[in-house]
Amino acid sequence: MGKIKLKPKARKGVIKVKAIVKHPMETGFRKDKKGEPIPANHIDNLTITHNGNKVVDADIGAAVSKDPYFQFQVAGAKGDEITLAYTDNNGGSGSMTAKSK
Amino acid sequence: MKRRLFLKSAMASSAVATAVGAGLLTPNMVFASSEAFKATSDAASSAAAGAAEGTFKFKAPKIAENGAVVPVSVDATKLDGVSNISLLVQTNATPLSASFNFTGALGFVSTRIKMGKTSPVTAVVTSASGVSALTNEIKVTVGGCGG
Repeated sequence: MGKIKLKPKARKGVIKVKAIVKHPMETGFRKDKKGEPIPANHIDNLTITHNGNKVVDADIGAAVSKDPYFQFQVAGAKGDEITLAYTDNNGGSGSMTAKSK
Repeated sequence: MKRRLFLKSAMASSAVATAVGAGLLTPNMVFASSEAFKATSDAASSAAAGAAEGTFKFKAPKIAENGAVVPVSVDATKLDGVSNISLLVQTNATPLSASFNFTGALGFVSTRIKMGKTSPVTAVVTSASGVSALTNEIKVTVGGCGG
């Protein structure tokens, strides 16, 4: 759906993974100007993979803020590969890979 | 000239905040969730009810100016074998905001959640030593100036 900003940074054996995923995260209960409900459109699953191993698998609800920000921590080092992948309730998906700095 | 510009932008931003607040957060706003997610939410609420008091860190603001974006973070990195961290907003219609399963990462998560109104927020951590939870009350000021 939207852009993903992924910034893994390794320090003292721990990679801090900071990510922002551009996504409207509509709850399905907001109404537009005409009074019509805006359909639900939110991330429902998000995974973080470290050097090919899945390390986080999250069930995300509509009560997570728009353009959600996440921070995770994984034991690792500079140069390790972190991938963030998500799916949303409308079948949309996105992913991004970054090497840890 | 500067003062006028400052006042203008201050009014504009508070107007936006109020509009956003009104648009996103009417009382009893239900956050649409799938059946499976609702089941996960119920399970998390039950787990929280029976949980021991957590020894992890749960950071959340005492007052959230904008209930649409409330930063929370849970640091359970000192606990062994953290397998799940769940965030529950007790007065949201589906209390579970998110459930993070850890299959290798450290027991830490930081994110921003939506809150319909002032509510206790519970972080539930499942680790090798069982289920533990901590609750912080977060006040939500939707109407701009502390209204």
